[in-house]
Formats: sequence, C-alpha cells, structure tokens
Amino acid sequence: MSTLSLAIPRPVHPSGLWNWLTTIDHKKIGVLYGVTAFIMFLSGGVEATLMRIQLTKPELDIVSAAVYNQLFTMHGTTMIFLAIMPLGAAFFNFVIPLQIGARDVAFPRLNAFSYWTFLAGAIMLKLSWIGGATDAGWFGYAPLTSVDQNPGKGIDFWIISLQVLGVASLAASFNFIVTIINMRAPGMTMMRLPLFTWMTFITAILLILAFPVITVALIELTFDRYFDFNFFNVARGGSVVLWQHLFWVFGHPEVYILILPAMGIVSEVLPVFSKKPLFGYTTVVLAGAIIAVMGWMVWSHHMFTVGLGPVANAVFTITTMLIAVPTGIKVFNWIGTIWGGSIRINTPMAFSLGFIAMFLIGGISGVMHAVSASDAQQQDTYFIPAHIHYVLFGGAIMALTSGIYYWFPKFSGKMFDEKMGMLHFWLMMIGQNVTFFPMHFVGLDGMPRRIYTYAEGMGWDLWNLVATLGVFILIAGFLVFILNMVKSWKSGPDAPGDPWDGRTLEWSIPSPPPEYNFSEIPVVKSLDDWWNTKQGGNGKAVPVSGGSGDEEHDIHLPQPSYWPLVTAIGLFIAAYGVVFNQLVVPWAIAIIGTFIGFVGVYAWSLEPVNDPDEDSAH
Amino acid sequence: MVTMKNRGVFGSVFINSSRTQKIVLLLMSLALSVLAAGCFIIDPSANQSTFEPLGPVAERQLTIFWWILIGGALVFVLVGAALIYALVKFRRRSEEETPIQVHGNTRLELLWTIIPAIVVMGFAIASINTLFYSANVPKDSEKTITLEAIGHQWWFEFRYPSPNGPENEVVTANEVYIPVGIPVRINLESVDVIHSFWVPKLAGKVDMVPSEGNHMWFQADEPGEFYGQCAEYCGTSHANMKFKVIAVEPAEFDTWLSDQAAPALESGDPLAKEGAGIFKDAGCSGCHSLKTIAKTGSKGRVGPNLAHVASRRDLAAGMMNNADGAGNVNDAYLQENLRKWLENPSEIKPGNLMSSQAAVYTDPNKTLTERQISALVAYLTSLK
Repeated sequence: MSTLSLAIPRPVHPSGLWNWLTTIDHKKIGVLYGVTAFIMFLSGGVEATLMRIQLTKPELDIVSAAVYNQLFTMHGTTMIFLAIMPLGAAFFNFVIPLQIGARDVAFPRLNAFSYWTFLAGAIMLKLSWIGGATDAGWFGYAPLTSVDQNPGKGIDFWIISLQVLGVASLAASFNFIVTIINMRAPGMTMMRLPLFTWMTFITAILLILAFPVITVALIELTFDRYFDFNFFNVARGGSVVLWQHLFWVFGHPEVYILILPAMGIVSEVLPVFSKKPLFGYTTVVLAGAIIAVMGWMVWSHHMFTVGLGPVANAVFTITTMLIAVPTGIKVFNWIGTIWGGSIRINTPMAFSLGFIAMFLIGGISGVMHAVSASDAQQQDTYFIPAHIHYVLFGGAIMALTSGIYYWFPKFSGKMFDEKMGMLHFWLMMIGQNVTFFPMHFVGLDGMPRRIYTYAEGMGWDLWNLVATLGVFILIAGFLVFILNMVKSWKSGPDAPGDPWDGRTLEWSIPSPPPEYNFSEIPVVKSLDDWWNTKQGGNGKAVPVSGGSGDEEHDIHLPQPSYWPLVTAIGLFIAAYGVVFNQLVVPWAIAIIGTFIGFVGVYAWSLEPVNDPDEDSAH
Repeated sequence: MVTMKNRGVFGSVFINSSRTQKIVLLLMSLALSVLAAGCFIIDPSANQSTFEPLGPVAERQLTIFWWILIGGALVFVLVGAALIYALVKFRRRSEEETPIQVHGNTRLELLWTIIPAIVVMGFAIASINTLFYSANVPKDSEKTITLEAIGHQWWFEFRYPSPNGPENEVVTANEVYIPVGIPVRINLESVDVIHSFWVPKLAGKVDMVPSEGNHMWFQADEPGEFYGQCAEYCGTSHANMKFKVIAVEPAEFDTWLSDQAAPALESGDPLAKEGAGIFKDAGCSGCHSLKTIAKTGSKGRVGPNLAHVASRRDLAAGMMNNADGAGNVNDAYLQENLRKWLENPSEIKPGNLMSSQAAVYTDPNKTLTERQISALVAYLTSLK
C-alpha cells in the first residue's frame, strides 16, 4: 500500500471539479466553507419557518408534535454548528492569511481536511431527517437522550456528527493558531494584528479548550446508549445534572466562539468606513481576551432553575453581570471609532451598525436574565429565544453578512449592487425586529419555549402572528441577498484592489488575489500598515499585482492533494458505521471507514512534491 | 434635564440634516417608540402573565425585573442616542476629508469600564436578597403546609399530608388546592425526565429533576385559579403538560382535603356500575389508582390517580376544561371530554403512555366499544 500511495503524484487540475476537490488554497477553501455554511443556514431557516408557521395561530396542525420537536432541535444544532461557526471559518480561511501577509495557512492540507470533515458531519446530521431526526433539543438534556426515552437513530446521528464536526473544528483551530503565530509577515507583531485576526486567534483558543468538554460528554452519552453505562442514568446512581454542567461548560464559551468573530468583523468595517483607526485598539483586544476568560465562569446561568441553590445562583449572577462589562467596552469603543470620523454608510457599514443596535438589545436582555432572582420567571420562556436571536441573528448573522459584503469585492473580484445591498439591509432590520421582538412579549406573558402548540385565550395569539409575518420579510431579504450575490459574481463590474480605501493588508493586493496572494511578502511597520503606506507615500499607493514573471516563478506554493478528502471520507464512513453498528456485521462499516482514514493519513504523510521547478535551488 | 439637552441637540440635528438622514432618524425613533410601546403591550391579565403577580414571591421577582427593565431601557436609549447622533453628525460630506486619526483615550475607556462595572454590580447585589427570599421557605410561619409535586410525562401528581396521620398521603393529579395567605412549600420530584414547575402568577419556576430533591414555595394572596405549565422541554407532549393551582380560604381548603381523603360516593346508576367493571377488566386500574390515600413515600402508579377525577376542573393535565365560568364542574362538559379522551387519547396528547401501552389501544381485538366507552364515562363522571 505504501509504495502504491507513494507512487501517486500530487494532483494537477487547474480548474473544474477535481480542482475544487483537491484544492488546498485557503481562498478556495474559504469559499467552500462559505457556500456550504450558507446552504446549511438556509436549511436551518426552512426549519425555523416551518416552526413559525405552526405557531401562527393557536392549535394549528401543520406539523405534528414529534416533527416540531425535531425541527427545533435541528434548527438549533444547524444554526450553531453548521451555519454560524463555519461562516466564521469561511472568513478565517479567506481573510487571515491575507491580513497577516502570508501565502497560505500553516497546514494547507489540514485545512482542506477540516473543510471536508465539516462537510461530512453536516451531511450526516442533515441526512438524519431520513428516518427521524433527534428531538431531544440542541442541548440534549439527559435523560431525554437515553435509549428508553429516545430509542431511534436520530440521536445517534446527532452525537456522532457532533463528534465529526468537533474533529473539523479542532483541526481548523490548531491550524489558525499556528498560522497566526508563525506565518505573520515581518514586522507584524501581535499588537499590530488586525482586529479580526485577533478575534479569530482568541476564538480558536476558546474552541480547542471548549470542544474537548462536549467531546467527553458525548462519549459518556455514547457509552450510556451503546454499552449500558450509567453516567446519566439516575436509577443506577448516575446524574442528569452532570450532563447539564458538561454541556454548558462547553455551551457558554461556544456562545463567544459564535460572537467573537462577528465582533472582529465589525471592528474591521467601522474604522474603514469612518476613515479612522479603531478607538482603543488595545482595549478592544483585551476586552475580547477577557470575554474569553470570563466565558468559562458563567455556565451555570443556563441552570438557574435546576436547583443549585441560592448561593450558586448568586455567584453566577455576579459573574454573568460582570461579563457585560468587557462586552460593553467593545460597544463603547465602536461608538468611539465612528465618533469624529468621516462616516460613509454603504451596505457593509449599514450591517455593522445594525449589528451594534441589535447586539445592544440582545446584550441588555442578556443582563436582564442574568439576574437569577427574576430569571426564574423568564427562564425557558420565549423571552430567551428573543434574547438569543438578538445576539445570534441580529448579532452574529448581521456581522457575518457585513463581512460578506465587505470582502465580496476581494474574493470575487466583482462589485455587488449597492442598492440591492441596502434593500437587503432594511428588509433584514425590519424583518428581524418584527420576528423576534414580539417574542419578548409572549415570553413575559408566560409562553414557554419549545411548545409545538398553545391553547386559545392565553393572550399569545397576536404576537405569534406578528412574529410569523416577520419571517416572510426576512425571507424576502435573503432572496434579495442571493440574487445580488449571484448576479454580481457573474456579471458585476470588476472590483479594484482597494475599493473601500482599506486599512489592512488584504487591500494592498489585487481583487481577486493571485494564487500566491503577495508577490512580495510585505514588511509591516505599524498597525493599519496599508493605510499608513497610502498616507505616507507620494501620491496614492495602489495595490500591486504579481510584478514580473520572474518573481512569480520563484514563489513556492503548497500543492493540491487527494488525501485530505480521502481521510475525511474514511471518517465519514466510520461515523456511519458507529451509528449503524448492528448492520450486516457489527462495527464492520466503522472498521472499513477507519481503514480508509488510516490509508489517507498514511499516504498524506508520505506524499511526494511535484517540483515545478527542478532547477530551483529552493 | 439631560433629556431636554439631548432633545435640543436632536432637534437641531434633525433640521440641519438631509432628506435621507431625516428618514433614517425617523425610522430609528420609530424603532425606539415601538420598544417603549412594547412595555405596555404585555397583557398582565393573560393567564400566565408574569406582570400580574398575585403572591409575594412573584411580586418580588417582578419588582427586580422592573428595575432591570428600566435600567436596561435607559442604557439602550443613551447608547442608541449616542450612536444615532454620531451617525448623523459625522456623515461623510466630502471624499477628500480625512478625520483626525484618534487612537483612543485611556481616561474615557477607564470611565466606561468602571461605571458599567459598578452599575451591574449594584443590580446583582440588590437582587440577591430576593434570590434568597424566594429560595427559603419562611420559617416563622407555623402554618406553612408542605405538599409534594411529582412530574410525569406529561402530567403532574400531587400529594398532601393526610389529615388522618403522617404515615399516609392524599393523592391527586393536575390540580392543586392551596389555602390563601399561607406559605406553601412544594417538594419537587420527577419519575422520568426533567420537568419544571411553574405558576407564573405565584412564583418563578423550579425544575423537577429526578433524584435531586428540589423544593420551592409560594403563597396566594387572594382566592382564585392560577395557571401553571411545565417549562422544561420534556418530550413529545411537553406543550400539553399543564395544571391549575386553586387558592381557597383555609376553612374551605380543610374541607376539600378531607373530601379528597375520603373515597368517592358510590353511584347507583347501572351504567356507572357497568363502567366500574370495565375499569378493572379492560386494565385501566393497572395504571390508574382509585385509592385516595397512599403510603407516605410510596411510588405512585403510572397514570394519574382518578379517585376524584370528576371533581377536577380540567381533564388530561389542563388539556380539556370541564368547568363552567364559575369554576364548577359541569357534568355535560366532563362527559364530552372523557369520551373524546377515551376515543383517541393520542389526538389530545401525542405520545402518551396510554395510547402506546394500554391493550385497549394497542390490540385491535380489545378496542373499547361505543357501549364500553359510555359506561366508563358514566363511571368516571360519578367519581366526585
């Protein structure tokens, strides 16, 4: 086998399907991540729409109780693990090497592996709809996940696909930590890193610390389900509260994993369209780091009603209230950034400003139910979905959308339609407030969350109807967005290298960037180096292209590879084998998949380099 | 004073701004007024509204909430105003202008670190008193009664100390009577998954976690009927798990409890007698107890106790109303509801154990006939 794999040369596919399957170019992987995550986002949106239609009026029967419970479980899991996290990853991939003046990430093949593994996990989770998805909630509270309560395969798909997604996220995180530490251009010290790179760095650290916790919890759950262990089996001395602790020790840092990249994007966009540096760069970086540390001290605020006692609740009230401080600092510094600037409101800027407004509401409602004394009335009501959607939809999704518009000219080489962009913005602003704000009202009027229906005469009819109508405004907004993206990518006007008068290095190269990113690795002299270059130079500096052919000749780029894909396919098959462990011969599929995975890793490690330049001394 | 000044700045900004800026301003103020209106849009008279507390625990929880709501709204208005002001005031007027490149201001940044820290700490500390108040059952009251609430998928079992001695408990389901003006301690248990016990007008929720031995307390200030609902997702019919708290004068409560402790009067109606036979033969009694009293600490049966089912205002854990407007059980409603339930329980409560386990629903040869259902309805209606 080894000689055989050694004999397989690196793939050479300048274009077409094979090019995408074997690519290790961080820009292409970024696009793959982005497109996949957006499709997943749409699937989560369909799930949400079905739920909202079911709740339009009391006692509707559009979907059954069982299906509704699957819908909200899959909606939550999809949006968090398959939409927002990988959308963040799309930006890490595309933007980070460009921002730090690198030609690729530290481990390009590992990067491809992360993507294919993510895709494997995503496909696996979504395919669990066939035969019944899990209905235990995205939080999977024991003992609803026990075999007695949930004998179907849906829950096993959920467990195993989360493990697969965990592998993808961990690999990507290590890759980005090493990339950011090792691949910075000369002079790019840590305190000269663009804010988005900083937030990515913090997010990646959070991720490698948080994911092992959920991994352990899921392994324990697997053992309970497959081998009759008793981690969460109360009847035999287990504890159902143990699951909640493990889940939220992961789950709360996870919230910051979702929001920190969004904050990073906003911190890039605001200075550019205000023509001013970020106000208090050091403070904003530190605030991000402090959030990442404090994010570990607040998990029990998800468990205020579990009965941990007033002392524990008081402690977690205080820590949770305190985490509002670094978050507030960021908001104030963003306002400080635009204050006194020269503000241009176009689509990316509008989305970033919208983010601040929406995140402000979500942050305030967060502080409101951080107070455990009164949270006993809000916990598990619609007040909480209202809050989380202001943070993750009004927050994360708005900022990520801002990022898509902001970097669209860079990755596509085309300009988008500004009018359609602003239309999208207003539809989204109005739509999300019409959808999510009324959830506060019904929550305070006592409507529990996760109910598939409600009786007449509870006083919840009007606002549920309004919320459902809001969804259709959102759908209209996203149709405009898709249209704009597709049309502009196909036939938009060509984008210049630096359309926004940018401040960071990605704007110093042409749009779209050449495969090697920088013809010459830049030497960084300050924060916002590209802006300072433009200010200091005689006349206007313009993005430089590849220069002479000779320079290009000397650039050594990592080469495409089959093996990340093969390894991910092996993992995918193995994961299916673990779910269907009784099929044909027990564990046979898992063993076959694992074998393919090992072959992939083995061939990967011994892969030859097709030297494009035999004469080169490099 | 501060707002006056803001309005002044706002007004002048508005007059001096362009048409698009005016539109943006108007939209933003619209959003603000919607938010403000939102505070009045909540309907306190709604059955489960947290804005109409009718007992001391809910009352104190709402007071805390109001403070934080007002504080939060204030922060929103101030930060929102600063944001809008900056957006209008510092709009780009010429492509050539380059603003002063300010990199930060340590004093300002310290200020907006320390002030919010003090404010949130203030709120947190001020709330702790209420936290302990709602967690600790008042000790000074000798009258405090203790009852047990046990969560089942998807109904609530309630147990009272028997008036006849501590070794026995009075068992009922889905409807809990409490005396007015007396603190009630509720011990919370669950036999299957995690549920949450919540009566919004009396107190915030506490989860019913298997083997965790949680408890809570509340007190009703006036007689009345209070809606409760399970708040923790607990499986297929989580939405269909409700109950009622009925607060009555202490004397009436004592009468009610001794009535519940005594067996229901036997009915002379031949159809009801036939129903009593079917109740045993068809297997109903395997899961549903008709005994009013159970040994303290004993495990309940799988299904709700039906000893006095005809005295309850609702059927199937708050799913069907048997009572008229005054809260008295109307036999006609009850019979109709019982019939509906017996004909197809899974239509009313998807996933319930009876549909999936009782032979009369799983074995096509044992399906209840029309006649048997009528007899069961007559019998159950007699269990007052």
